[in-house]
Amino acid sequence: MLKVENLSTSYRTIDGDVRVLNNINFQIHENEIFGIAGESGCGKTTLLKVLYDIIDFPLQIDSGRVVLTVKENGTSVSYETGKIRDVWWKHISYVPQAAQSVLNPITRLRNQFLDSIPEEYRKNETKEQTLERVAHYLEELSLSPDLLDAYPFQLSGGMRQRAIIALATFMSPSIVLADEPTTALDVVVQRGILMMLMRLQKKLKNTLVLVSHDIGVHYQITTRMGIMYSGSLAELGKTADIFRNPLHPYTKLLIEALPRIGDKSPRAGIPGRPPALTNPPAGCRFAPRCPYATDTCRVHAPVFREVQPGRFVACHLVQEEAS
Amino acid sequence: MAEKLLEVKNVTKIFRIGSILRGKRLVAVDDVSFDIDAAEPVILSVVGESGCGKSTLCRMILRIHRPEMGDILLSGRSIFSKEYDPTQFRLDVQPIFQNPYESFSSRKAVDTYLYNTAMRLGIAKGRREAEEIMDESLKSVGLSLGVVKGKYTAQFSGGELQRVSIARALITRPKLIVADEPVSAVDASVKMNIVNLFKELKDKYRVSFIYVTHDLSTAYYISDYIATLYRGCLIEYGPAREVMDSPAHPYTEMLVNAVPRVGVKWDEEMVMPDTEEKEYSITHCKFAPRCPYATEECRAKRPELRSIGGLRKVMCFHPLVSSRTADVG
Amino acid sequence: MKKFWKNANFRLKAGIAITAFFVFLGFVVYYIPHVDPFTYNTYRGKLPPSLKHPLGTTSMGQDVFWLLIEAIHNSLLIGFIVATIGTVVGVFVGLLSGFSGGFVDRVLMVITDTFVVVPSLPILVLMTSLMKGSTTIILMALVLGVFAWAWPSRQIRSLALSLKERDFIHTAWFSGEGTIQVVVTEILPYALTWSLSNFMNATLAAIASESSLAVLGLSPANLISLGNMIQWARERNAIFTGQWFWIGPPIVATVLLFIGLFLLITGYNDYLSMKRGR
Repeated sequence: MLKVENLSTSYRTIDGDVRVLNNINFQIHENEIFGIAGESGCGKTTLLKVLYDIIDFPLQIDSGRVVLTVKENGTSVSYETGKIRDVWWKHISYVPQAAQSVLNPITRLRNQFLDSIPEEYRKNETKEQTLERVAHYLEELSLSPDLLDAYPFQLSGGMRQRAIIALATFMSPSIVLADEPTTALDVVVQRGILMMLMRLQKKLKNTLVLVSHDIGVHYQITTRMGIMYSGSLAELGKTADIFRNPLHPYTKLLIEALPRIGDKSPRAGIPGRPPALTNPPAGCRFAPRCPYATDTCRVHAPVFREVQPGRFVACHLVQEEAS
Repeated sequence: MAEKLLEVKNVTKIFRIGSILRGKRLVAVDDVSFDIDAAEPVILSVVGESGCGKSTLCRMILRIHRPEMGDILLSGRSIFSKEYDPTQFRLDVQPIFQNPYESFSSRKAVDTYLYNTAMRLGIAKGRREAEEIMDESLKSVGLSLGVVKGKYTAQFSGGELQRVSIARALITRPKLIVADEPVSAVDASVKMNIVNLFKELKDKYRVSFIYVTHDLSTAYYISDYIATLYRGCLIEYGPAREVMDSPAHPYTEMLVNAVPRVGVKWDEEMVMPDTEEKEYSITHCKFAPRCPYATEECRAKRPELRSIGGLRKVMCFHPLVSSRTADVG
Repeated sequence: MKKFWKNANFRLKAGIAITAFFVFLGFVVYYIPHVDPFTYNTYRGKLPPSLKHPLGTTSMGQDVFWLLIEAIHNSLLIGFIVATIGTVVGVFVGLLSGFSGGFVDRVLMVITDTFVVVPSLPILVLMTSLMKGSTTIILMALVLGVFAWAWPSRQIRSLALSLKERDFIHTAWFSGEGTIQVVVTEILPYALTWSLSNFMNATLAAIASESSLAVLGLSPANLISLGNMIQWARERNAIFTGQWFWIGPPIVATVLLFIGLFLLITGYNDYLSMKRGR
């Protein structure tokens, strides 16, 4: 339903172009919660922006594309990068990072809802009728319709975030992209919002793509996930499988680095740091920090390939073992 | 040596927000008291949701804010009194801030801060001695002066810069390091390196830490004691693992359950009550509107911080752990 | 240096080129030995442009070309002096006020606000009339400078206020730095980029102020400036007598200088934005 083909992007800077995404290839299916995990600088926010078709200077696409396939009136229709923005809000919507500051601070919420619902969706309805539908929808999400009368500053961060999620999903889009929707919110509110997203997805049976650096969040709510490192995908597959049996060394070390409540056993982080995107190492980018790196790893960059049904890894050692 | 390293006594901080004519009073820290023994270095975690007052409490201990009521004593002497000595204070207490890139000016080489710390607080008498001390400090956090000298903040990663921050704080061999969310802005793979470092440094340099965090997993991992704050009130205190394995206050229980843990899936049916009412009323228990166990008593009166056995204290009329079980556990 | 030139946008390059051209005229060509252009009747009046007098002579027998060079020199000098006063005093007052807070801040702000609020034109008119038609460049610059520092000081104060709360200031204090060291080594570097921008703005504003006063007939009569040149030519009906070479050059020069400075200012701001990745 959402296919990424050979996608490479870079940012134009004063010192030249910096390659941020390298040859990304994967698919996101219908009716699933897909997680994109990774640390700072891995490119996950850029990837999400490209999926949503926000390609503003200084971001540019070097090669590849994204294809969105949806059902309109019974037939499958495909939209490519560049055309995807024509179906914003209708088939695909986006909840950006720090979404709390995305609402207009000087307008009441009901006006912001009205503004963002496109004309064709309202089809001769009066404003009151549209707002009634919105109020109904809010109730379904266990939110008070009084929300519509409020200004954004009257709501807490968590409530604002929920309002934005309601806004983004009101027209039942086929795919919702959420970029770190719970960063800057504390754990209790975070759980509430993640549960809300889960229930929504179950109800609408659509696709939710969730970007988060918090692996625990992925464990809790995603069905499939992809782990990014320094501009490429390191591993991808069913979330449960990845946690039960992580294949890529980075995934392994990352999961092992998490401290758990109730468990005092010593844990260690990964030594070193992700490579600078302006001067990446030759070969596998994780090799400098990888305890299993061989000479091949340091010279040849691994290819992202399927090693088990539904499981993709970019690692020489794993691919050797599989074959 | 004084018996207590740090005593926070009934500290209250009130902020005015808005104009003089129509401002509101915001009680950021509400009558909080706790102390840290001087005998053994400890790591005390202060946890709570955003806005609960843990940062403000931190900053009062660092003398960045002054409390409206109450006092803070360091080694038996009030830090807000006339006898306060700024140099001695800076030798005894040092901070680590949340955002490593904000902790240093982006226009100055980072090692100048370490150099100043060594020279201006009277630890080193000359450049050579200062550089030796800087190098030693940096080595104890896994870096070295050669690697750090002459570089600016943009040339470091978050984790490395945070370690430089720690190295700078160690130069004075402080008795207390106050760390305000030190690993929140750091990548997951590097977080544990720094958290482990705190443990090491506590043992090696005999320095106590106040570790403010919203990440309960790391708090569980390294703390000796934990204090939970809710809307400015200290609602639970006790040995860290005991408190997190069997929380006494319903809010601590809610916090522990809300952490997305690997290995324990969330119960999807459970409803997390979090109606967010903006009340700073003093007539009833602040947590009552959200508490699944609240009774009439909770909505009428305000509970006091009571001991429930051992070193554990709780501010609740119906703690989940009674005095008897606390003693046994 | 080369990197700067490669990345500077067209506006910035154009602005630098034009401004540099005027600086060259005002501070290099100016020093080529020449007769004092102000003295009346040095030459025959109303001569059209020729090899000896590239822009002809005025009704009073002055060489227009050298008059223009001297005018550019004086106008630029006034601009730079006023901008210096404004920036230095403004930054000093602003930093002191913002960082100290409390009583010092309030007192300084009351003084500053007075200068911000009081309309400068009437006061300038008053001061220039007290000069009774004769002055030096320095004095003129000081008079214009009286109003040049107030607004910058308010802006720097805002900068200091916002910086005061940032964590690195606390780190500096815990590293043993004293107040003065903090202001100079931590806060001042942030003020410098802004100061350069402000300096260029202030230069433009000062030249504009002086020119406006001149065209109102209020600039001291012995001061050769671009504004005054236009004014004298206008008074002597240069337009009606067809002496376009007398009134034309100072107008063209003024317009070009302003365009040059404007391009410099906006080009520099664009360059800074691009450097910071926006």
